Amino acid sequence: MSAHADTHAHDDDHGHHHKETFVTKYIFSQDHKMIAKQYLITGTIMGVIGVLMSIMFRMQIAWPEEPNVLFEALLGKWAPDGVMNADIYLALVTIHGTIMVFFVLTAGLSGTFSNLLIPLQIGARDMASGFLNMVSYWLFFLSSVIMIISLFVEAGPAAAGWTIYPPLSALPMASGGSGMGMTLWLVSMAIFIASSLLGSLNYIVTVINLRTKGMSMTRLPLTIWAFFVTAIIGVVSFPVLLSACLLLIMDRSFGTSFFLSDIFIQGEVLHYQGGSPVLFEHLFWFLGHPEVYIVILPAMGLVSEIITTNSRKPIFGYRAMIMSILAIAFLSTIVWGHHMFISGMNPFLGSVFTFTTLLIAIPSAVKAFNWITTLWKGNIQMNPAMLFSIGFVSTFITGGLTGIILGDSALDINVHDTYFVIAHFHLVMGISALYGMFAGIYHWFPKMFGRMLNKNLGYLHFWVTAICAYGVFFPMHFIGMAGLPRRYYTNSNFPLFDDLTNANVVITLFAIVGGAFQLVYLWNFFVSIFFGKKAEQNPWRSNTLEWTTPVEHIHGNWPGDIPHVYRWSYDYSKPGHDVDFVPQNVPLMDGEEELQH
Amino acid sequence: MTAFLTLIIVLFIAIAIWQMVKIFDLAQVGSSNSQVATEKDNTINAYLMMGFLVFIYAITIASFWYLGDLPLMSNSASEHGPGLDNLMIISMILIFIVQTITQFLLHYFAYKYKGEKGRKALFYADNNTLEAIWTFIPVVVLAALIIWGLFTWTSIMNVEETEDTIVVELYAQQFNWKARYAGEDNTLGMANVRLIDIDRANILGVDESDPNAQDDVITTELHLPVGRPVLFKMRSQDVLHSAYMPHFRAQMNCVPGMITQFGFTPSVTTSDMRQNPDIQEKVANINSIRLGNKEKIEAKGQELLYEFDYLLLCNKICGTSHYNMQMKIIVETQEEYDAWMKEQKLFKDSLTK
Repeated sequence: MSAHADTHAHDDDHGHHHKETFVTKYIFSQDHKMIAKQYLITGTIMGVIGVLMSIMFRMQIAWPEEPNVLFEALLGKWAPDGVMNADIYLALVTIHGTIMVFFVLTAGLSGTFSNLLIPLQIGARDMASGFLNMVSYWLFFLSSVIMIISLFVEAGPAAAGWTIYPPLSALPMASGGSGMGMTLWLVSMAIFIASSLLGSLNYIVTVINLRTKGMSMTRLPLTIWAFFVTAIIGVVSFPVLLSACLLLIMDRSFGTSFFLSDIFIQGEVLHYQGGSPVLFEHLFWFLGHPEVYIVILPAMGLVSEIITTNSRKPIFGYRAMIMSILAIAFLSTIVWGHHMFISGMNPFLGSVFTFTTLLIAIPSAVKAFNWITTLWKGNIQMNPAMLFSIGFVSTFITGGLTGIILGDSALDINVHDTYFVIAHFHLVMGISALYGMFAGIYHWFPKMFGRMLNKNLGYLHFWVTAICAYGVFFPMHFIGMAGLPRRYYTNSNFPLFDDLTNANVVITLFAIVGGAFQLVYLWNFFVSIFFGKKAEQNPWRSNTLEWTTPVEHIHGNWPGDIPHVYRWSYDYSKPGHDVDFVPQNVPLMDGEEELQH
Repeated sequence: MTAFLTLIIVLFIAIAIWQMVKIFDLAQVGSSNSQVATEKDNTINAYLMMGFLVFIYAITIASFWYLGDLPLMSNSASEHGPGLDNLMIISMILIFIVQTITQFLLHYFAYKYKGEKGRKALFYADNNTLEAIWTFIPVVVLAALIIWGLFTWTSIMNVEETEDTIVVELYAQQFNWKARYAGEDNTLGMANVRLIDIDRANILGVDESDPNAQDDVITTELHLPVGRPVLFKMRSQDVLHSAYMPHFRAQMNCVPGMITQFGFTPSVTTSDMRQNPDIQEKVANINSIRLGNKEKIEAKGQELLYEFDYLLLCNKICGTSHYNMQMKIIVETQEEYDAWMKEQKLFKDSLTK
């Protein structure tokens, strides 16, 4: 099971290039490296839309009901005289959440790096099924297009929050966005889930079957462990969201009553009887909570790899890191109820979910301590990727700690659905995962495009982003503790919150500056694809196998035989070697002992 | 105007970026053209790491300084409130100790062990004792928090109805709240949205034939006598809502098709709370802000000066006017409560025949 000897059988077909047309090379490509780039570019475009939306609704919160040229230009009829209306505010909040969680941090992050790194780091010519991989990307693309189209429907896009709790999401008379907008949202998500499942199955099969000779599971880089476990969580939990979406579609269109009961709206009683919105909440969060780990685990994997490479030190506690990934994955499927402490479910269930939720802090703490110890006595190379990785650990700790409050059912009573929650999850899974993604892009850009990103722009990008991220989300904890509910179009009807106005303006200013500085990154990214400095084969002096492939992409990855693996990927600064890194394909020297891990 | 200012700020930022790019490009001439961090980069960024550590501490202190003194964090108005607040404070202290130490270690190590030519990192891959220590410590601390939290949770959520308990129905609809008191018999009449009869002004769908319903009282303000346990039975007629009463540390969703409940005992009357120095300071601060925005507030038709009141807010997204779904709560003495209750119409008298 450990290694796959058959890989040699394929060694013959890589050398001579198949005749590739523009369409098969750049559009309907089955090459994992091209598909990774397609995921990244699509995710980036969706990310720009998502961030722009957040800046718009932050402006509305800071300067409520004031005319704004940006609104007038972008929102059209939804901003008469440039004043944003309440419906589009909720729609922006909803679509921002949906896009960032699913399209950017699930597909854009996991899709990009699982595709790029799994075959390259385990020593495989490609994914187990290149065709399924292509289908997976194009389904993702289709779902993105449908989601974008939903922004332009007459009655407005979905506006029930990204959690789309029924009955609000089920009844067009309850919210304009619950008509055609919600239909498209559900169709888009159903297709997205199909895409995600195809991708995940492919990753699992590839990792299990296509590892090169010598690449045992205990020699796998932590990136691969993270992608592998993420794919398993996805396969376990995404189908549940699909079923929730399908049942909701049936309630909406075919008159069933899975989630609806006893409803009187706009002067009439609806026929629904016997369903329960709480059931939807259970189904949604059965995916919804593992989803945050689907987002964060790949980022953790990338960060582990980048921290160890740039510290020129082995990752501390490799085995503990794997165990904590597995523990997090297992626990992630039994904590969903902490989103529902006050949903009306039995309080005893709340007690159980408090217990499981706080347990998950333990493996998370182990990971954070291990990263910090990896830095200790290292020889740290401050590449932009490394800065984002250190930033990741910082925001992961800050955001993660407040989870102790939210996971505690008693304390959740008073901060549930306030800005405290927004602050918590944006730091721990939003900003952190985004940092993980940026770190990955800065680190593997040479592998993807054969050119280097400009490092000084990278430094500028990191430091401004780091300051703005804290500037936006840190004060939000306090606004939440003051009792300000999330998803309020304006707070001007509550004089009680008038003293939070200035804090909201400061937050919005940080958001605008932070958002604007992402342009630095976009500039760097797109310009460097064409004009960046040509990359060396192994610019970061890294141990993993992807850096043994040629800079120019070829189908099949290695021009000759696939390299064999003789050691784990963390032999940095190993005593007895002249250089401070020993790639995995270098055989053990005479008398050299492999670390027992 | 703000929009214009915003645009100008964005424009300045764009120019600043453009200029900085030029500076960086000029700075790179002469040095090796590589895009990999040099020793100089390591040093500069190592110092910036320490600077960033200071920034994190500074923003923490600033947030506490400007925002940490909000009376909502103290001065709870229910009997279970202080216990909950203590747990919150203990958790916060714990968090800030861990946060301060770990952020220091992270950034300090990044600074201290910055890359230098010719130095080799320590090959240090494993230490089971260390792993055991930092697994064990969180286990103990979390176990303590879990146990404390669960006792608090259970005592809040397991409400026992005694003779003294007042039963009140909170009724949510897009976008307002109603309260229904059980009346003399302290038993709410049966109700279902299917019984709503707008023509007869039976807006809550109360069963007109139920004897228990006859003396029910429906109001648009929530009055509670101080010191008496109140048990809320919550209903919603259309979508999910959440009854959030932050001053009382109370919140529960209102779910169409089912009845949810939450109970607490109010401990401070509205007029006593208005005398509280913290609240007075908050109100004075808010009023000075409001006086500054006089024109805008009067244009909206709101009252200019703010007077403290307890509030019930909707805290679950429920549609267009979610942001304005509120009800005033008044906590008063038993006598004041009884007097107010006498003025209210009984359900049987409120129907139009």
